[in-house]
Amino acid sequence: MDMRPDPLVMMTTQAPTHATLSAPTKVAAKNVNVFYGAKQALTNVSVEIPEKSVTAFIGPSGCGKSTFLRCINRMNDTVDSCRVEGLIQIDGKDIYDPALDPVQLRARVGMVFQKPNPFPKSVYDNVAYGPRIHGLSRSKAELDQIVEQSLRKASLWEEVKDRLSDSGTGLSGGQQQRLCIARTIAINPEIILMDEPCSALDPIATARIEELMEELRKNFTMIIVTHSMQQAARVSQRTAFFHLGILVETGSTSDIFTNPVDKRTQDYITGRFG
Amino acid sequence: MAGWYALVVVALMLAGFALARGRAQSIAGGDYAGMHSLPSYHGLYTASLAFIPALLTFLIGSQIAGYLATHSAVSALPNDIQSDILRQGAALREVVNIVRGGPVGSASAEIQSAAASYSSTLFAAQWITLASGVFIGLAGLSWGLSRISMNFRARNSFEKMVYVLLWICATIAVLTTIGIVFSVVGETYRFFFDPAIKGKPTVGEFLFGTDWNPQAAMRADQGEINTAYGFLPLLVGTLLITVIAILVAGPLGLFSAIYLAEYASPGVRAVAKPILEILAGIPTVVLGFFAALTVAPYVRGWGEAFGLNVASESALAAGLVMGMMIIPFISSLSDDVINAVPQSLRDGAYAMGATKSETIRQVILPAALPGIVSAFMLAISRAIGETMIVVMAAGLAANLTFNPLDAVTTITVQIKTILVGDQEFDSAKTLAAFALGFVLFFVTLVLNFIALKVVQKYREQYD
Repeated sequence: MDMRPDPLVMMTTQAPTHATLSAPTKVAAKNVNVFYGAKQALTNVSVEIPEKSVTAFIGPSGCGKSTFLRCINRMNDTVDSCRVEGLIQIDGKDIYDPALDPVQLRARVGMVFQKPNPFPKSVYDNVAYGPRIHGLSRSKAELDQIVEQSLRKASLWEEVKDRLSDSGTGLSGGQQQRLCIARTIAINPEIILMDEPCSALDPIATARIEELMEELRKNFTMIIVTHSMQQAARVSQRTAFFHLGILVETGSTSDIFTNPVDKRTQDYITGRFG
Repeated sequence: MAGWYALVVVALMLAGFALARGRAQSIAGGDYAGMHSLPSYHGLYTASLAFIPALLTFLIGSQIAGYLATHSAVSALPNDIQSDILRQGAALREVVNIVRGGPVGSASAEIQSAAASYSSTLFAAQWITLASGVFIGLAGLSWGLSRISMNFRARNSFEKMVYVLLWICATIAVLTTIGIVFSVVGETYRFFFDPAIKGKPTVGEFLFGTDWNPQAAMRADQGEINTAYGFLPLLVGTLLITVIAILVAGPLGLFSAIYLAEYASPGVRAVAKPILEILAGIPTVVLGFFAALTVAPYVRGWGEAFGLNVASESALAAGLVMGMMIIPFISSLSDDVINAVPQSLRDGAYAMGATKSETIRQVILPAALPGIVSAFMLAISRAIGETMIVVMAAGLAANLTFNPLDAVTTITVQIKTILVGDQEFDSAKTLAAFALGFVLFFVTLVLNFIALKVVQKYREQYD
């Protein structure tokens, strides 16, 4: 399957539904179909995601939004029964190209999960894990600096600077999630995927993570899956609405929430289902 | 008699259940929601009230019946036999033999009459027991029936009985353990400190002696015989074989666990894991002759090919086969704990761009470490306590050596050797087995304690 058209052609054929993109496209998907065994989870998803902004995927449970998210860093490769068809490009390069190593891809596309999953190691080692395996630092001092900067960017440094050698699993839920974000930032990815990052957290911890997303979008392309429409409205610039494995509508967040084109989107955001 | 009694007790229990449930149903009149306990709980409660007292009556009554029968037989014996405790015991054995229908050929008239007295007393006492058991069981049953009402808390009462039953079972298990420990400790104390035991070593000689040669005088006229109870060669032999076994089983077991848990396809795993576990089911006596007849000659031939002098019974052969024996403990338990590491940790590592081997080495194995350590400790305990393989393959020679190609002996082998055969019980040689058993128990206990501490330390960190 050689479906790698010129990214510029892609841009023109994939005109956005609503406002024109201000930023260049970071991730582009074209006719993506995903199957779990015989069951089709996603049908013909085509979307473009601009860089250095927050894009939210919303939709009812089981609509395929997490599945699509996991296609972007090829995490679905770890699921044996999963099969992905179609084209997904990052910076115009097909990420399902057989020549591309998913391990290298995942170093560029970080991911934060629904449930905080710090490694059973110290706070320091959690953050240093990525830089170590990817050889990002030459000295201990450099590694210390990466760890501190990552923790600062994840606004966790002040809380943990005196207990860097304590176990990461001993932190509170919100701190654990920020630790996971720091761990992801430490490998300096281009894209950060977040799969319902706040669904296991209380409102205060959620507010801190949302502030953090606002801060992080200056440097990273962020894609978040969320069940909370308020969260999508608060943190994202663009929103994509998924329903039953189909990408129903995508556009700027303000348009989706104030002036949806599709009836299903309108029903969902007004709370008629989901 | 016991058969009749069992029948009666079961009948009482079933009757109690059926009657009480029926009565509760008729009292409730269909209004089960208004009744505190369901009718079946009333049934279970009344059945227990009939069953437990009847069972206790039987247990106590049969003891009393036996005692009374013995007493009557003794009083029927002539006075000279009664006064001599040895002859009395012999006569009683004969009496019991006659009553049980054994050969009666040469029994004297006195014994015959004692037997008749024994059997008639036993018969009467057992019938009285049965009758009183039935009476007490019926009393319990009718008391249970009389308590049935809408508000009676039969469920709580029955659950309290179950609680007591569970407590008794747990207590029996604990007391048995304590009893064994006390027995071993007591005999060990006698071995070291009882002045009546001849030829015993001091504690220091036992713990630090390098010579093991337990002998007991067969006859009084043998005079001084050369005995030595230095326990070090046995300890070294045990540890040597255990170390060899762990060197074999540790890598093989752990790596096969990693393969099964992380790399094998579900099909391979479904076949390979049961096969590995079958290895744990091979009787150690079979592994023992496999070690002695197959592995030991092979090791010897291999050694000779390199110009080494290998004993025909070597620590290496025994250790290799013992390693085979404990592979399933390590692989199966480690496989379970590796599988229990949450998928979210694997996802987290993969999402960082970690390769599969980095994920396994740096995330999964550290998280599974407490379980892996306890699997190793269980395997080591098994290896230290194993007897059959070393009896057949390691030999009896108490050499103090660290050379795996020599014959060595272990603590377990010596316990077995000491206790096989005829000898007086009160000799130092026999009691030495208890001292060895105590040391073995102590070593295993220390290992388990260390394992527990390791697991606790890491569990705090890795949960």
